[in-house]
Amino acid sequence: MKLSISLQHRFPGFGLDVAFEAPPGVTVLFGPSGSGKTTLVNAVAGLLRPDRGRIAAGDWVLVDTQARRFLPPHRRRLGYVFQEGRLFPHLTVRQNLAYGRWFAPREARTESFERVVDMLGIGHLLDRRPGALSGGEKQRVAIGRALLAAPKLILADEPLAALDEARKAEILPYFERLRDEISVPILYVSHSSAEVARLATTVVALKEGRIAAMGSPADVLGDVAVMGARGAASVLTARVVAHHADGLTELTTAAGALWLPLLPDASGTTIRVRIAAQEVILARARPEGLSALNILTGTIIEIRPGHGPGALVTLAVGEERLTARVTRRSVEAMDLAPGQTCHAVVKSVAVAPEDVGTGRAGEPAG
Amino acid sequence: MWDAVSTWLGPAEWQAVRLSLRVSFWATLASLPLGIFVAYALARWSFPGKQALNGLVHMPLILPPVVTGYLLLITFGRRGTVGQFLDAWFGIVLSFRWTGAAVAAAVMAFPLMVRAIRLAIEAVDPKLEAAASTLGASRAWVFVTVTLPLILPGIVAGAILAFAKAIGEFGATITFVSNIPGQTQTIPSAIYAFLQVPGGQEAASRLVVVAIVIAMTALLLSEFVARRVARLVAGS
Repeated sequence: MKLSISLQHRFPGFGLDVAFEAPPGVTVLFGPSGSGKTTLVNAVAGLLRPDRGRIAAGDWVLVDTQARRFLPPHRRRLGYVFQEGRLFPHLTVRQNLAYGRWFAPREARTESFERVVDMLGIGHLLDRRPGALSGGEKQRVAIGRALLAAPKLILADEPLAALDEARKAEILPYFERLRDEISVPILYVSHSSAEVARLATTVVALKEGRIAAMGSPADVLGDVAVMGARGAASVLTARVVAHHADGLTELTTAAGALWLPLLPDASGTTIRVRIAAQEVILARARPEGLSALNILTGTIIEIRPGHGPGALVTLAVGEERLTARVTRRSVEAMDLAPGQTCHAVVKSVAVAPEDVGTGRAGEPAG
Repeated sequence: MWDAVSTWLGPAEWQAVRLSLRVSFWATLASLPLGIFVAYALARWSFPGKQALNGLVHMPLILPPVVTGYLLLITFGRRGTVGQFLDAWFGIVLSFRWTGAAVAAAVMAFPLMVRAIRLAIEAVDPKLEAAASTLGASRAWVFVTVTLPLILPGIVAGAILAFAKAIGEFGATITFVSNIPGQTQTIPSAIYAFLQVPGGQEAASRLVVVAIVIAMTALLLSEFVARRVARLVAGS
């Protein structure tokens, strides 16, 4: 189901003016705080009535100010996962999970209660109240509650932002499973490029209430205008080949073998890996006698000098792109130019666990 | 126990106690829905005349009770504007009846009830109500399934406070519906009446004991209920 949004709304001192169409899958609204992400999601949820605009999922129109149509939130059939969980404190976990289900039309209740409880691993919590749950447990229950409401559209507003790194690592895989196993479109708000790299089918980068860039995770994360030179990164698709006894996982990519710290994914799984541009070193000749394990080979397609001493060099590796952040001095000394074959060196340990997610980069999964 | 209490008290005193309990019970119960509605309006809505409504609700708290009673008399009395209407159309007469005493008690207790409930409503996070609405609950369902359970401790506290205030109401009651044994003579009116006649001290002091027991019971009950509900909501 295609999600089409065009919105104009003014607050004192801030204005939101966006228009985009997102294909099925996970659309991540990405940007710093104050860029208008939450405002946009609340307009989709019906918690905010926009000055002007139209929001539709497929042919189902939620808001159309010209046609004077505004569906109240309770008639929009949403599953909204909030940053702070917002579980009902006076209800048990079981009652929280059943809350939205009760209001959903009978024929829409296709998601089985047991399956959702199993998928989220919350079977042992059903009789507790939210006050007795940890942050990660609360967020899993919140995801379950949203799913069981039989939503036509799932909204998630920085659902991981209030959690520590360990809890983030616990919850993120559930969103990957939602993307891969459930056909409901997801609109996901985040300011973390690692989450974008792992989850997004489409990224809409917002800046001060406007769209700064839109595209695949690889396109947007590699965009200096959005990310800044320091934040630029590439997203590569890789397949798990084997796990080795020395604590490394061997993968293949279009550009050659990739060795990463041990991953939980089974052999044969396709995953996506985010590699920060500043962690990549370039060499004209294939280097030898090097401690770094990963040497990926590609063709230079673009060299973008920055305002400072740096430059971003982008290689084509198969159908994907790998960007390296090097100095302008190196570009001159190595005489780099588009069309040349070049080797990119990446340390295994430069890729953190949160940079690795399931699914192919840049196309809808499932 | 009731038998023991009714033999310990004289018939006139027992009558006053029973009347007081009945007047206060109905005053509290009948004004509770309106109290919740007004508290909700004051806590959540903005509308023209909100400050006027707030002032009107609090008026009985700051006016001399005799003034409130007099205003009730000229409004709801037989010759009063509303009183005439009620009598002509519904055959309802409030003046010099126990129902009038209940109206006086309800009006005097109303600000206390509304304050307690309003505080409870203001403590409910509107974000929880928004979450409920995104899950498919209409406004009415959000109120019934989320707001109401969360403000229940406040409602109970407000009701008990109002009940205790109604038991003690004197000035407005005696001005509006006078001091008729069996009809409008509540505990405070009875104590006042006993103290006017020689040898009435003993009966008066028995009623004082009853008043203290009722007040203490109400207080302890409200503490107990509030703590129990709070524990339920916190979840342990």
